[in-house]
Amino acid sequence: MPSLPTIEKDVEQRAKSAPDHGAFDSATAGQHDPAVVDYCQRLGDDALILGQRLSEWCGHAPALEVDLSLANIALDLIGQATNFLGLAGNANELAFHRDVLDWKNCWLVEQPNGDFAQTMARQFLFSTWQHMLYDRLAGSSDQRIAAVAAKAVKEVAYHRELAADWVIRLGDGTDESARRMAEGLDWCWRFLPELFELDETLQALVDRGIAVNPQSFEDDYRQAIGAVLAEAKLATPPEQRPILGGRRGHHSEHLGHLLAVMQYLPRTYPDAVW
Amino acid sequence: MSEGKGHDWPLWEVFVRSKGGLSHRHVGSVHAPDAELALRHARDTYTRRLEGVSLWVVPSSAIVASDPAQSGEMFEPAEDKIYRHPTFYDIPDVVKHI
Repeated sequence: MPSLPTIEKDVEQRAKSAPDHGAFDSATAGQHDPAVVDYCQRLGDDALILGQRLSEWCGHAPALEVDLSLANIALDLIGQATNFLGLAGNANELAFHRDVLDWKNCWLVEQPNGDFAQTMARQFLFSTWQHMLYDRLAGSSDQRIAAVAAKAVKEVAYHRELAADWVIRLGDGTDESARRMAEGLDWCWRFLPELFELDETLQALVDRGIAVNPQSFEDDYRQAIGAVLAEAKLATPPEQRPILGGRRGHHSEHLGHLLAVMQYLPRTYPDAVW
Repeated sequence: MSEGKGHDWPLWEVFVRSKGGLSHRHVGSVHAPDAELALRHARDTYTRRLEGVSLWVVPSSAIVASDPAQSGEMFEPAEDKIYRHPTFYDIPDVVKHI
C-alpha cells in the first residue's frame, strides 16, 4: 500500500471550517438544521403516535391472527419512529420527554381506536398517504432521510394493502360492518386536508429537495382512496371543515391522554435506564 | 364474508420455504376467512417478513392423512429391506442437498 500524501496545513484548516469537519456521513449533519429536525420530528411523531395507538389493541383484536397483524404494523411504525427521531436528535428523549405542544404529528394518527372499522379506516387513510410519501422521499437529497424512507416503504406497502383489504371486507360485508366502516371513514375524513398542508417550513425543505411536497400526489391519493371505496361499495364521505394544526403543536384532546400512558414511567423515574 | 366471528373461521395449514430452502416445510396453522387473508396471517405469524420466502396455505379440510392405526402395514415393510436404502454409496462433497 503506497503511503498517503501528507496533509498540508491549509487543507487541514479548510476541513476544520467545513460543516461537520469534512466527515463523510456525519450523523449530526441535520442537527444543525432546525428545518430538517422539524421535518424528521413530523415523520417520526406520525409513526410513533400511530404505533402507540395500534399497540392498545394488543390482546383485544377480533381474532388472534388480526391481533398479530396489528402488533406487526405497530412494531414497523415504532421502528420508523426510532429512525426518524434518531435523525432529529435523541429518540428516547424526544419520545418520552416532550409534552403535547411539542408534538408535530398529524391529527389523524392521534384519533382514538374506536371499533375495529374505525381503526382500519384510520390505518387505510394514513398508510396510503405514508406509502406515497415514503416512495417519493426515498429520492430525498438528504441521504439519511432517503435511506430511512427506502427501508420503510416496503413495510408501509404491506400496511396499506392490509388496511385496504379490511376496508373492502367490512364495507362489502354485512349491513352492520358496512355501517361501521362508513362511520369510521366519516370520523377520519376531516383530518385528510392536514396531510396535504404545505407550510413555510415544508416549502423551504421542498425547495431544497429534502422534503416531498404532499400536494404533488394529492390527486393520486384521492384516486387510490376512491378506487378502494368503490370496491368496498362505500360512498366517499362529504368534505368536512378541515382541521389543521398538528404540525405546529396544536392537537386534539386525545393526545395528552395518550402521552400520559406512554410517558408515565420515564416521567416518574427520569433517570431510569432500560 | 358470511362468517363474522373469529371462531367461525376455518383452519388453514401453512407451509414455508425459507430463503435458500429447497422445499416447503409445514410450520403450523392459522384461522382465516379465506385464502388471501390466510396468506397474510401466515406471513405475519410464521415468516416475520423475511424476504425471499415462499408460502403455501391449504385448507386443512383439503388434506388427506394416513391413518395412524394402520402405520404398521403402511411403513414397516420397508424397514427390513436394506437393499432399498441407498446407504452404500459415498456421496462426493460437490453434490449438495442429498
